[in-house]
Amino acid sequence: MASKSIYRRRLINRIVQSAFLFASLVSTAALVVIFFTLTAESMSFFTNVSVIEFLTGTKWTVLFADKHFGILPLLNATLITSAIAVAFATPVGLAAAIYMSEYAGKRARNLIKPVVETLSGIPTVVYGYFALYFVTPQVLRGLIPDLGIHNALAVGLMIGVLILPIVASLSDDAMRSVPEDLRLAAYSLGARKYQVVLKVIVPAALSGIVASVILAFARAMGETMIAAIAGGFRPILSFDVREAMQTMPSYIAQVATGDAPHGTIEYQSLFAVGLFLLLITAALNFIGIRVVRRWEIRY
Amino acid sequence: MNEDTAMNTLEMVTSGRVEEAVEHRTAFDDAIIQVRGLSVRYNARYAIKDISIDFGRNQITAIIGPSGCGKSTLLRSLNRMNDLIPGAVVEGKVLYRGIDVYSKEVDPVALRSRIGMVFQRPNPFPMSIFDNVAFGLRVNGIKLSKDELYRKVKEALEKAALWEEVKDRLDAHAYSLSGGQQQRLCIARALAVEPEVLLLDEPTVSLDPISTAKIEELLISIKKDYTIIIVTHNMLQAARVSDYTAVMMPDENLVGRLIEFGPTKEVFTRPRDRRTEAYIAGRIG
Repeated sequence: MASKSIYRRRLINRIVQSAFLFASLVSTAALVVIFFTLTAESMSFFTNVSVIEFLTGTKWTVLFADKHFGILPLLNATLITSAIAVAFATPVGLAAAIYMSEYAGKRARNLIKPVVETLSGIPTVVYGYFALYFVTPQVLRGLIPDLGIHNALAVGLMIGVLILPIVASLSDDAMRSVPEDLRLAAYSLGARKYQVVLKVIVPAALSGIVASVILAFARAMGETMIAAIAGGFRPILSFDVREAMQTMPSYIAQVATGDAPHGTIEYQSLFAVGLFLLLITAALNFIGIRVVRRWEIRY
Repeated sequence: MNEDTAMNTLEMVTSGRVEEAVEHRTAFDDAIIQVRGLSVRYNARYAIKDISIDFGRNQITAIIGPSGCGKSTLLRSLNRMNDLIPGAVVEGKVLYRGIDVYSKEVDPVALRSRIGMVFQRPNPFPMSIFDNVAFGLRVNGIKLSKDELYRKVKEALEKAALWEEVKDRLDAHAYSLSGGQQQRLCIARALAVEPEVLLLDEPTVSLDPISTAKIEELLISIKKDYTIIIVTHNMLQAARVSDYTAVMMPDENLVGRLIEFGPTKEVFTRPRDRRTEAYIAGRIG
Protein backbone atom coordinates (compact mmCIF):
# COMPACT_ATOMS: atom_id res chain seq x y z
CA MET A 1 0.00 0.00 0.00
CA ALA A 2 2.69 2.46 1.09
CA SER A 3 5.04 1.54 -1.72
CA LYS A 4 2.24 1.92 -4.24
CA SER A 5 1.53 5.44 -3.10
CA ILE A 6 5.23 6.34 -3.25
CA TYR A 7 5.37 4.94 -6.78
CA ARG A 8 2.37 7.06 -7.76
CA ARG A 9 3.79 10.19 -6.28
CA ARG A 10 7.10 9.64 -8.05
CA LEU A 11 5.25 9.20 -11.31
CA ILE A 12 3.28 12.40 -10.80
CA ASN A 13 6.51 14.18 -9.97
CA ARG A 14 8.01 13.03 -13.27
CA ILE A 15 4.94 13.98 -15.28
CA VAL A 16 4.85 17.46 -13.75
CA GLN A 17 8.54 17.93 -14.39
CA SER A 18 8.22 16.85 -18.02
CA ALA A 19 5.25 19.14 -18.56
CA PHE A 20 7.28 22.14 -17.40
CA LEU A 21 10.26 21.06 -19.48
CA PHE A 22 8.02 20.74 -22.54
CA ALA A 23 6.54 24.19 -21.98
CA SER A 24 9.96 25.74 -21.73
CA LEU A 25 11.04 23.97 -24.91
CA VAL A 26 8.10 25.30 -26.94
CA SER A 27 9.52 28.81 -27.20
CA THR A 28 13.01 27.54 -27.99
CA ALA A 29 11.61 25.18 -30.59
CA ALA A 30 9.57 27.97 -32.16
CA LEU A 31 12.69 30.08 -32.57
CA VAL A 32 14.62 27.19 -34.12
CA VAL A 33 11.79 26.32 -36.53
CA ILE A 34 11.34 29.95 -37.57
CA PHE A 35 15.04 30.37 -38.12
CA PHE A 36 15.37 27.23 -40.24
CA THR A 37 12.27 27.94 -42.32
CA LEU A 38 13.48 31.45 -43.05
CA THR A 39 16.96 30.18 -43.87
CA ALA A 40 15.72 27.39 -46.14
CA GLU A 41 13.50 29.67 -48.24
CA SER A 42 16.14 32.39 -48.22
CA MET A 43 18.58 29.88 -49.70
CA SER A 44 16.47 29.57 -52.82
CA PHE A 45 16.23 33.37 -52.93
CA PHE A 46 19.99 33.75 -52.78
CA THR A 47 20.51 31.24 -55.60
CA ASN A 48 18.78 33.83 -57.82
CA VAL A 49 20.08 37.01 -56.20
CA SER A 50 23.63 37.59 -55.00
CA VAL A 51 24.10 38.46 -51.35
CA ILE A 52 26.18 41.47 -52.42
CA GLU A 53 23.35 42.87 -54.52
CA PHE A 54 20.89 42.22 -51.71
CA LEU A 55 22.99 44.02 -49.10
CA THR A 56 24.29 46.92 -51.22
CA GLY A 57 21.60 47.52 -53.85
CA THR A 58 19.75 50.82 -53.61
CA LYS A 59 16.65 49.72 -55.55
CA TRP A 60 13.94 47.38 -54.30
CA THR A 61 11.58 46.74 -57.19
CA VAL A 62 10.63 43.14 -56.56
CA LEU A 63 6.96 43.71 -57.37
CA PHE A 64 7.68 45.36 -60.72
CA ALA A 65 8.69 43.97 -64.09
CA ASP A 66 12.24 45.34 -63.91
CA LYS A 67 13.32 43.61 -60.70
CA HIS A 68 16.04 44.90 -58.40
CA PHE A 69 16.77 43.32 -55.05
CA GLY A 70 18.65 45.90 -52.99
CA ILE A 71 17.48 45.85 -49.36
CA LEU A 72 18.87 49.32 -48.56
CA PRO A 73 15.63 51.28 -49.21
CA LEU A 74 13.72 49.01 -46.81
CA LEU A 75 16.56 48.94 -44.26
CA ASN A 76 16.92 52.72 -44.48
CA ALA A 77 13.20 53.27 -43.90
CA THR A 78 13.23 50.85 -40.97
CA LEU A 79 16.22 52.54 -39.36
CA ILE A 80 14.83 56.05 -39.90
CA THR A 81 11.41 55.31 -38.42
CA SER A 82 12.99 53.40 -35.52
CA ALA A 83 15.46 56.21 -34.87
CA ILE A 84 12.62 58.75 -34.75
CA ALA A 85 10.73 56.44 -32.40
CA VAL A 86 13.70 56.05 -30.06
CA ALA A 87 14.53 59.75 -30.24
CA PHE A 88 10.99 60.43 -29.03
CA ALA A 89 10.62 57.59 -26.55
CA THR A 90 14.00 57.89 -24.80
CA PRO A 91 13.73 61.38 -23.31
CA VAL A 92 10.00 61.12 -22.61
CA GLY A 93 10.22 57.56 -21.28
CA LEU A 94 13.24 58.34 -19.12
CA ALA A 95 11.60 61.46 -17.70
CA ALA A 96 8.46 59.45 -16.95
CA ALA A 97 10.58 56.75 -15.30
CA ILE A 98 12.41 59.33 -13.18
CA TYR A 99 9.07 60.78 -12.11
CA MET A 100 7.61 57.38 -11.26
CA SER A 101 10.62 56.07 -9.37
CA GLU A 102 11.85 59.22 -7.61
CA TYR A 103 9.12 61.82 -7.37
CA ALA A 104 5.67 60.23 -7.49
CA GLY A 105 4.05 59.16 -4.26
CA LYS A 106 2.86 55.61 -3.94
CA ARG A 107 -0.67 56.50 -5.07
CA ALA A 108 0.40 58.52 -8.08
CA ARG A 109 2.78 55.74 -9.09
CA ASN A 110 0.13 53.07 -8.79
CA LEU A 111 -2.05 55.18 -11.05
CA ILE A 112 0.52 56.19 -13.67
CA LYS A 113 2.45 52.97 -14.18
CA PRO A 114 -0.53 50.83 -15.27
CA VAL A 115 -1.70 53.62 -17.59
CA VAL A 116 1.75 53.85 -19.20
CA GLU A 117 1.91 50.10 -19.54
CA THR A 118 -1.53 50.03 -21.14
CA LEU A 119 -0.07 52.02 -24.04
CA SER A 120 1.81 48.93 -25.16
CA GLY A 121 -1.35 46.84 -24.90
CA ILE A 122 -3.25 48.89 -27.49
CA PRO A 123 -3.47 46.95 -30.77
CA THR A 124 -0.92 48.51 -33.11
CA VAL A 125 -3.47 48.63 -35.91
CA VAL A 126 -5.23 51.29 -33.84
CA TYR A 127 -2.01 53.28 -33.65
CA GLY A 128 -1.64 52.86 -37.40
CA TYR A 129 -4.93 54.45 -38.40
CA PHE A 130 -4.59 57.00 -35.59
CA ALA A 131 -1.31 58.09 -37.22
CA LEU A 132 -2.87 58.12 -40.68
CA TYR A 133 -6.18 59.85 -39.86
CA PHE A 134 -5.22 62.04 -36.90
CA VAL A 135 -1.52 62.60 -36.28
CA THR A 136 -0.58 63.40 -39.89
CA PRO A 137 -3.56 65.55 -40.96
CA GLN A 138 -4.51 67.15 -37.62
CA VAL A 139 -1.19 67.62 -35.86
CA LEU A 140 1.85 67.34 -38.10
CA ARG A 141 0.41 69.14 -41.14
CA GLY A 142 -0.09 72.17 -38.93
CA LEU A 143 3.68 72.27 -38.48
CA ILE A 144 4.79 70.88 -41.85
CA PRO A 145 2.20 71.81 -44.51
CA ASP A 146 3.77 69.81 -47.37
CA LEU A 147 3.75 66.56 -45.41
CA GLY A 148 2.68 63.53 -47.43
CA ILE A 149 -0.40 61.66 -46.23
CA HIS A 150 1.86 58.64 -45.86
CA ASN A 151 5.11 59.68 -44.22
CA ALA A 152 7.99 58.34 -42.14
CA LEU A 153 7.70 61.03 -39.50
CA ALA A 154 4.21 60.06 -38.33
CA VAL A 155 5.20 56.39 -38.38
CA GLY A 156 8.29 57.08 -36.27
CA LEU A 157 6.43 59.20 -33.72
CA MET A 158 3.61 56.69 -33.43
CA ILE A 159 6.04 53.81 -32.92
CA GLY A 160 7.70 56.09 -30.36
CA VAL A 161 4.46 56.17 -28.39
CA LEU A 162 4.20 52.40 -28.72
CA ILE A 163 7.70 51.78 -27.30
CA LEU A 164 7.47 54.51 -24.67
CA PRO A 165 6.26 52.01 -22.02
CA ILE A 166 9.26 49.75 -22.69
CA VAL A 167 11.69 52.57 -21.92
CA ALA A 168 9.62 53.99 -19.05
CA SER A 169 8.84 50.71 -17.35
CA LEU A 170 12.26 49.07 -17.63
CA SER A 171 14.10 52.28 -16.68
CA ASP A 172 11.75 52.70 -13.71
CA ASP A 173 12.59 49.17 -12.58
CA ALA A 174 16.31 49.85 -13.06
CA MET A 175 16.20 53.05 -11.02
CA ARG A 176 14.12 51.56 -8.27
CA SER A 177 16.60 48.73 -7.89
CA VAL A 178 19.35 51.23 -7.10
CA PRO A 179 20.02 50.59 -3.40
CA GLU A 180 18.50 53.04 -0.93
CA ASP A 181 22.00 53.30 0.58
CA LEU A 182 23.22 55.34 -2.37
CA ARG A 183 20.35 57.81 -2.08
CA LEU A 184 21.01 58.26 1.63
CA ALA A 185 24.74 58.70 1.00
CA ALA A 186 24.05 61.42 -1.55
CA TYR A 187 21.61 63.23 0.73
CA SER A 188 24.03 63.01 3.64
CA LEU A 189 26.61 64.87 1.55
CA GLY A 190 24.26 67.80 1.08
CA ALA A 191 22.94 66.90 -2.37
CA ARG A 192 19.56 68.26 -3.46
CA LYS A 193 16.96 65.90 -4.83
CA TYR A 194 17.60 66.69 -8.52
CA GLN A 195 21.32 66.13 -7.93
CA VAL A 196 20.68 62.81 -6.25
CA VAL A 197 18.55 61.76 -9.22
CA LEU A 198 20.78 63.03 -12.02
CA LYS A 199 24.21 62.37 -10.51
CA VAL A 200 23.64 59.15 -8.60
CA ILE A 201 20.44 57.32 -9.49
CA VAL A 202 20.52 57.69 -13.27
CA PRO A 203 24.23 56.81 -13.60
CA ALA A 204 23.79 53.85 -11.26
CA ALA A 205 20.86 52.61 -13.33
CA LEU A 206 22.52 53.36 -16.67
CA SER A 207 22.98 49.76 -17.76
CA GLY A 208 19.27 49.10 -17.29
CA ILE A 209 18.35 52.34 -19.06
CA VAL A 210 20.61 51.61 -22.05
CA ALA A 211 19.24 48.09 -22.24
CA SER A 212 15.68 49.42 -22.22
CA VAL A 213 16.51 51.72 -25.15
CA ILE A 214 18.13 48.91 -27.14
CA LEU A 215 15.17 46.61 -26.53
CA ALA A 216 12.80 49.42 -27.50
CA PHE A 217 14.80 49.98 -30.70
CA ALA A 218 14.56 46.29 -31.58
CA ARG A 219 10.82 46.40 -30.95
CA ALA A 220 10.51 49.53 -33.12
CA MET A 221 12.31 47.85 -36.03
CA GLY A 222 9.87 44.99 -35.99
CA GLU A 223 6.71 47.11 -35.80
CA THR A 224 4.51 46.26 -38.75
CA MET A 225 0.98 47.62 -38.69
CA ILE A 226 1.85 51.27 -37.98
CA ALA A 227 4.43 51.29 -40.78
CA ALA A 228 2.13 49.45 -43.20
CA ILE A 229 -0.89 51.72 -42.61
CA ALA A 230 0.73 55.12 -42.12
CA GLY A 231 4.02 54.71 -43.98
CA GLY A 232 2.86 53.76 -47.41
CA PHE A 233 4.17 50.99 -49.69
CA ARG A 234 6.89 52.97 -51.36
CA PRO A 235 10.29 51.28 -51.30
CA ILE A 236 12.42 54.30 -52.16
CA LEU A 237 15.81 55.16 -50.71
CA SER A 238 15.23 58.59 -49.25
CA PHE A 239 16.16 60.55 -46.17
CA ASP A 240 13.19 62.90 -46.32
CA VAL A 241 10.94 61.96 -43.42
CA ARG A 242 8.03 63.87 -44.99
CA GLU A 243 7.79 61.22 -47.67
CA ALA A 244 6.24 57.78 -47.72
CA MET A 245 8.71 54.99 -47.02
CA GLN A 246 8.34 51.24 -46.81
CA THR A 247 9.99 49.44 -43.91
CA MET A 248 11.00 45.79 -43.93
CA PRO A 249 8.05 44.55 -41.86
CA SER A 250 5.72 46.69 -43.94
CA TYR A 251 7.02 45.03 -47.14
CA ILE A 252 6.48 41.60 -45.63
CA ALA A 253 2.93 42.54 -44.65
CA GLN A 254 2.18 43.86 -48.12
CA VAL A 255 3.42 40.79 -49.95
CA ALA A 256 2.20 38.22 -47.46
CA THR A 257 -1.34 39.60 -47.54
CA GLY A 258 -1.29 39.82 -51.35
CA ASP A 259 -1.08 36.81 -53.62
CA ALA A 260 2.56 36.07 -54.24
CA PRO A 261 2.42 32.49 -55.57
CA HIS A 262 4.49 29.84 -53.82
CA GLY A 263 7.96 29.42 -55.35
CA THR A 264 8.13 32.78 -57.09
CA ILE A 265 10.94 35.25 -56.40
CA GLU A 266 8.44 37.60 -54.74
CA TYR A 267 7.49 34.83 -52.34
CA GLN A 268 11.10 33.94 -51.62
CA SER A 269 12.04 37.59 -51.03
CA LEU A 270 9.71 37.59 -48.01
CA PHE A 271 11.91 35.07 -46.29
CA ALA A 272 15.14 36.85 -47.14
CA VAL A 273 13.80 40.10 -45.70
CA GLY A 274 12.38 38.24 -42.70
CA LEU A 275 15.70 36.51 -42.02
CA PHE A 276 17.57 39.79 -42.33
CA LEU A 277 15.19 41.48 -39.88
CA LEU A 278 15.44 38.56 -37.46
CA LEU A 279 19.25 38.69 -37.54
CA ILE A 280 19.35 42.43 -36.88
CA THR A 281 16.89 42.35 -33.98
CA ALA A 282 18.57 39.26 -32.52
CA ALA A 283 21.90 41.09 -32.71
CA LEU A 284 20.39 44.11 -30.97
CA ASN A 285 18.99 41.94 -28.20
CA PHE A 286 22.36 40.25 -27.85
CA ILE A 287 24.09 43.64 -27.58
CA GLY A 288 21.49 44.74 -25.05
CA ILE A 289 22.24 41.77 -22.85
CA ARG A 290 25.98 42.32 -23.20
CA VAL A 291 25.60 45.97 -22.22
CA VAL A 292 23.74 44.99 -19.07
CA ARG A 293 26.35 42.38 -18.17
CA ARG A 294 29.36 44.57 -18.83
CA TRP A 295 28.08 47.55 -16.88
CA GLU A 296 26.29 45.55 -14.28
CA ILE A 297 27.03 46.94 -10.87
CA ARG A 298 27.99 44.61 -8.10
CA TYR A 299 26.00 45.98 -5.24
CA MET B 1 -4.28 62.06 21.32
CA ASN B 2 -1.68 63.65 19.08
CA GLU B 3 -2.35 67.02 20.63
CA ASP B 4 -1.94 65.56 24.09
CA THR B 5 1.39 64.07 23.17
CA ALA B 6 2.57 67.33 21.70
CA MET B 7 1.49 69.14 24.86
CA ASN B 8 3.32 66.65 27.03
CA THR B 9 6.49 67.04 25.04
CA LEU B 10 6.17 70.80 25.22
CA GLU B 11 5.79 70.60 28.99
CA MET B 12 8.81 68.38 29.25
CA VAL B 13 10.91 70.81 27.27
CA THR B 14 9.76 73.79 29.24
CA SER B 15 9.75 72.31 32.76
CA GLY B 16 11.63 69.48 34.43
CA ARG B 17 13.50 68.27 31.42
CA VAL B 18 15.43 71.43 30.87
CA GLU B 19 16.96 71.17 34.31
CA GLU B 20 18.16 67.70 33.55
CA ALA B 21 19.61 68.99 30.30
CA VAL B 22 21.40 71.75 32.10
CA GLU B 23 22.88 69.17 34.38
CA HIS B 24 24.25 67.36 31.33
CA ARG B 25 25.58 70.53 29.85
CA THR B 26 27.87 71.08 32.80
CA ALA B 27 29.92 68.28 31.34
CA PHE B 28 30.88 70.52 28.44
CA ASP B 29 31.71 74.14 28.30
CA ASP B 30 31.33 73.89 24.62
CA ALA B 31 28.67 71.54 23.36
CA ILE B 32 28.21 71.66 19.60
CA ILE B 33 24.95 69.71 19.52
CA GLN B 34 22.39 69.85 22.30
CA VAL B 35 19.43 67.54 22.20
CA ARG B 36 16.43 68.53 24.29
CA GLY B 37 13.40 66.36 24.98
CA LEU B 38 13.72 64.63 21.62
CA SER B 39 11.12 62.06 20.59
CA VAL B 40 10.86 60.48 17.17
CA ARG B 41 7.90 58.46 16.04
CA TYR B 42 7.17 56.61 12.83
CA ASN B 43 3.46 57.25 12.32
CA ALA B 44 2.01 56.47 15.76
CA ARG B 45 4.86 54.31 17.02
CA TYR B 46 7.58 55.98 19.07
CA ALA B 47 11.12 54.80 18.33
CA ILE B 48 12.78 57.07 20.89
CA LYS B 49 11.24 59.25 23.54
CA ASP B 50 12.33 62.17 25.60
CA ILE B 51 16.06 62.21 24.99
CA SER B 52 18.30 65.01 26.20
CA ILE B 53 22.02 64.85 25.63
CA ASP B 54 24.94 67.10 24.72
CA PHE B 55 27.71 66.32 22.29
CA GLY B 56 30.98 68.06 23.03
CA ARG B 57 33.18 69.69 20.44
CA ASN B 58 36.15 67.58 19.30
CA GLN B 59 35.01 64.66 21.39
CA ILE B 60 34.12 61.19 20.27
CA THR B 61 30.79 60.18 21.72
CA ALA B 62 29.70 56.56 21.41
CA ILE B 63 26.04 55.62 21.49
CA ILE B 64 25.67 52.01 22.54
CA GLY B 65 22.75 49.74 23.30
CA PRO B 66 21.02 46.60 22.13
CA SER B 67 19.40 46.28 18.67
CA GLY B 68 16.19 48.23 18.33
CA CYS B 69 16.92 50.71 21.08
CA GLY B 70 16.74 53.66 18.68
CA LYS B 71 20.48 54.44 18.40
CA SER B 72 20.30 54.99 14.66
CA THR B 73 17.08 56.97 14.95
CA LEU B 74 18.76 59.35 17.38
CA LEU B 75 21.76 59.68 15.08
CA ARG B 76 19.65 60.33 12.02
CA SER B 77 17.61 62.98 13.76
CA LEU B 78 20.77 65.06 14.30
CA ASN B 79 21.26 65.88 10.60
CA ARG B 80 17.59 65.47 9.61
CA MET B 81 18.10 62.25 7.67
CA ASN B 82 14.83 61.17 9.28
CA ASP B 83 13.10 63.66 6.99
CA LEU B 84 13.59 61.14 4.19
CA ILE B 85 11.61 58.42 5.96
CA PRO B 86 7.88 58.67 5.25
CA GLY B 87 5.85 58.95 8.44
CA ALA B 88 8.75 60.07 10.63
CA VAL B 89 7.78 62.83 13.06
CA VAL B 90 10.27 64.60 15.30
CA GLU B 91 9.26 66.29 18.57
CA GLY B 92 11.56 68.24 20.83
CA LYS B 93 14.68 70.09 19.87
CA VAL B 94 18.06 69.48 18.34
CA LEU B 95 20.27 72.53 18.70
CA TYR B 96 23.32 72.77 16.48
CA ARG B 97 25.45 75.75 17.52
CA GLY B 98 22.38 76.96 19.38
CA ILE B 99 20.09 76.83 16.34
CA ASP B 100 17.13 74.48 16.32
CA VAL B 101 17.77 72.35 13.23
CA TYR B 102 14.04 71.62 12.93
CA SER B 103 13.04 75.28 12.75
CA LYS B 104 11.64 76.53 9.46
CA GLU B 105 14.66 78.68 8.71
CA VAL B 106 17.03 75.73 8.61
CA ASP B 107 17.68 74.17 5.21
CA PRO B 108 18.20 70.44 5.82
CA VAL B 109 20.42 70.15 2.74
CA ALA B 110 22.79 72.84 4.00
CA LEU B 111 22.69 71.29 7.47
CA ARG B 112 23.84 67.93 6.11
CA SER B 113 26.91 69.46 4.55
CA ARG B 114 27.87 70.63 8.07
CA ILE B 115 26.95 67.35 9.76
CA GLY B 116 28.24 64.48 7.62
CA MET B 117 27.32 60.84 7.88
CA VAL B 118 28.81 57.39 7.30
CA PHE B 119 26.57 54.35 7.09
CA GLN B 120 26.60 50.73 8.25
CA ARG B 121 27.41 49.17 4.92
CA PRO B 122 30.06 50.83 2.76
CA ASN B 123 28.05 52.61 0.08
CA PRO B 124 30.39 54.24 -2.40
CA PHE B 125 28.77 55.58 -5.56
CA PRO B 126 29.27 53.57 -8.76
CA MET B 127 31.97 55.90 -10.05
CA SER B 128 35.71 56.40 -9.70
CA ILE B 129 37.50 56.79 -6.36
CA PHE B 130 38.24 60.43 -7.17
CA ASP B 131 34.67 61.24 -8.21
CA ASN B 132 33.34 59.66 -5.02
CA VAL B 133 35.39 61.97 -2.85
CA ALA B 134 34.72 64.99 -5.08
CA PHE B 135 30.95 64.35 -5.15
CA GLY B 136 30.06 66.43 -2.10
CA LEU B 137 32.22 69.35 -3.22
CA ARG B 138 30.63 69.31 -6.64
CA VAL B 139 26.99 69.10 -5.51
CA ASN B 140 27.52 71.84 -2.96
CA GLY B 141 28.32 74.16 -5.82
CA ILE B 142 31.75 75.09 -4.50
CA LYS B 143 33.70 76.55 -7.39
CA LEU B 144 37.15 75.02 -7.34
CA SER B 145 39.97 74.92 -9.83
CA LYS B 146 41.16 71.49 -10.90
CA ASP B 147 44.20 71.78 -8.64
CA GLU B 148 42.18 72.86 -5.63
CA LEU B 149 39.73 70.03 -6.14
CA TYR B 150 42.59 67.56 -6.39
CA ARG B 151 44.15 68.97 -3.24
CA LYS B 152 40.91 68.66 -1.28
CA VAL B 153 40.34 65.12 -2.49
CA LYS B 154 43.90 64.24 -1.52
CA GLU B 155 43.49 65.80 1.92
CA ALA B 156 40.29 63.92 2.58
CA LEU B 157 41.82 60.63 1.48
CA GLU B 158 44.84 61.28 3.70
CA LYS B 159 42.64 61.95 6.71
CA ALA B 160 40.77 58.76 6.00
CA ALA B 161 44.10 56.87 5.88
CA LEU B 162 43.42 55.70 2.35
CA TRP B 163 45.66 57.96 0.26
CA GLU B 164 48.71 55.70 0.23
CA GLU B 165 46.65 52.77 -0.99
CA VAL B 166 44.82 54.55 -3.82
CA LYS B 167 47.05 57.46 -4.92
CA ASP B 168 48.11 55.61 -8.09
CA ARG B 169 44.59 54.63 -9.12
CA LEU B 170 42.26 57.48 -8.34
CA ASP B 171 40.44 56.78 -11.61
CA ALA B 172 39.75 53.16 -10.70
CA HIS B 173 36.15 52.24 -9.96
CA ALA B 174 35.27 52.48 -6.28
CA TYR B 175 33.95 48.93 -6.35
CA SER B 176 37.45 47.63 -7.08
CA LEU B 177 38.34 48.43 -3.45
CA SER B 178 37.99 46.00 -0.56
CA GLY B 179 35.14 46.45 1.94
CA GLY B 180 37.38 48.13 4.50
CA GLN B 181 38.85 50.45 1.86
CA GLN B 182 35.35 51.27 0.63
CA GLN B 183 34.30 52.29 4.11
CA ARG B 184 37.37 54.52 4.48
CA LEU B 185 36.47 55.97 1.07
CA CYS B 186 33.02 56.77 2.44
CA ILE B 187 34.65 58.50 5.40
CA ALA B 188 36.90 60.46 3.01
CA ARG B 189 33.83 61.37 0.96
CA ALA B 190 32.09 62.72 4.06
CA LEU B 191 35.23 64.60 5.22
CA ALA B 192 35.80 66.23 1.83
CA VAL B 193 32.77 68.46 2.38
CA GLU B 194 34.58 69.73 5.51
CA PRO B 195 31.77 69.16 7.96
CA GLU B 196 32.06 70.06 11.61
CA VAL B 197 30.38 66.93 12.89
CA LEU B 198 30.71 63.38 11.62
CA LEU B 199 27.99 60.86 12.39
CA LEU B 200 28.86 57.19 12.01
CA ASP B 201 26.16 54.53 12.12
CA GLU B 202 27.87 51.24 13.05
CA PRO B 203 30.60 51.89 10.49
CA THR B 204 32.57 48.72 11.13
CA VAL B 205 29.78 46.20 11.56
CA SER B 206 30.42 44.60 8.15
CA LEU B 207 34.23 44.73 8.34
CA ASP B 208 37.01 42.40 9.46
CA PRO B 209 39.04 43.16 12.62
CA ILE B 210 42.02 44.66 10.76
CA SER B 211 39.85 47.06 8.76
CA THR B 212 37.95 47.87 11.94
CA ALA B 213 41.17 48.73 13.76
CA LYS B 214 42.24 51.01 10.90
CA ILE B 215 38.99 52.90 11.06
CA GLU B 216 39.14 53.24 14.84
CA GLU B 217 42.68 54.62 14.55
CA LEU B 218 41.69 57.12 11.93
CA LEU B 219 38.73 58.33 13.99
CA ILE B 220 41.04 59.06 16.91
CA SER B 221 43.49 60.80 14.56
CA ILE B 222 40.88 63.19 13.12
CA LYS B 223 39.22 63.97 16.46
CA LYS B 224 41.13 67.23 16.80
CA ASP B 225 39.32 68.61 13.75
CA TYR B 226 35.87 67.06 14.08
CA THR B 227 33.17 66.20 16.53
CA ILE B 228 32.42 62.53 16.13
CA ILE B 229 29.33 60.63 17.16
CA ILE B 230 29.48 56.91 16.59
CA VAL B 231 26.69 54.39 17.00
CA THR B 232 27.96 50.92 17.74
CA HIS B 233 26.77 47.80 19.41
CA ASN B 234 30.33 46.73 19.93
CA MET B 235 31.02 47.77 23.52
CA LEU B 236 34.75 47.21 23.21
CA GLN B 237 34.79 49.60 20.29
CA ALA B 238 33.03 52.23 22.35
CA ALA B 239 35.54 51.70 25.15
CA ARG B 240 38.49 51.93 22.74
CA VAL B 241 37.60 55.04 20.78
CA SER B 242 35.19 57.21 22.69
CA ASP B 243 35.54 59.97 25.25
CA TYR B 244 31.87 59.89 26.21
CA THR B 245 29.39 57.08 26.08
CA ALA B 246 25.62 57.19 25.92
CA VAL B 247 23.69 54.02 26.66
CA MET B 248 20.25 53.51 25.21
CA MET B 249 17.77 50.82 26.12
CA PRO B 250 14.24 50.01 24.99
CA ASP B 251 11.64 50.41 27.76
CA GLU B 252 8.72 48.05 28.41
CA ASN B 253 6.91 49.48 25.36
CA LEU B 254 10.02 48.98 23.21
CA VAL B 255 10.55 52.73 23.01
CA GLY B 256 14.22 53.71 23.06
CA ARG B 257 15.37 55.69 26.10
CA LEU B 258 18.67 57.21 27.12
CA ILE B 259 19.53 55.52 30.40
CA GLU B 260 23.12 56.58 30.96
CA PHE B 261 25.50 59.21 29.71
CA GLY B 262 28.92 60.22 30.92
CA PRO B 263 32.66 59.92 30.38
CA THR B 264 33.36 56.52 28.85
CA LYS B 265 35.59 55.40 31.71
CA GLU B 266 32.89 56.11 34.26
CA VAL B 267 30.15 54.49 32.26
CA PHE B 268 32.16 51.31 31.91
CA THR B 269 33.59 51.16 35.43
CA ARG B 270 30.95 52.80 37.59
CA PRO B 271 27.63 52.76 35.71
CA ARG B 272 24.83 54.52 37.52
CA ASP B 273 22.00 52.49 36.01
CA ARG B 274 21.59 48.82 36.84
CA ARG B 275 20.60 48.10 33.25
CA THR B 276 23.88 49.60 31.99
CA GLU B 277 25.78 47.33 34.30
CA ALA B 278 23.79 44.34 33.08
CA TYR B 279 24.27 45.34 29.45
CA ILE B 280 28.01 45.81 29.80
CA ALA B 281 28.29 42.51 31.62
CA GLY B 282 26.50 40.89 28.70
CA ARG B 283 23.28 40.04 30.49
CA ILE B 284 21.13 42.26 28.23
CA GLY B 285 21.32 42.71 24.49
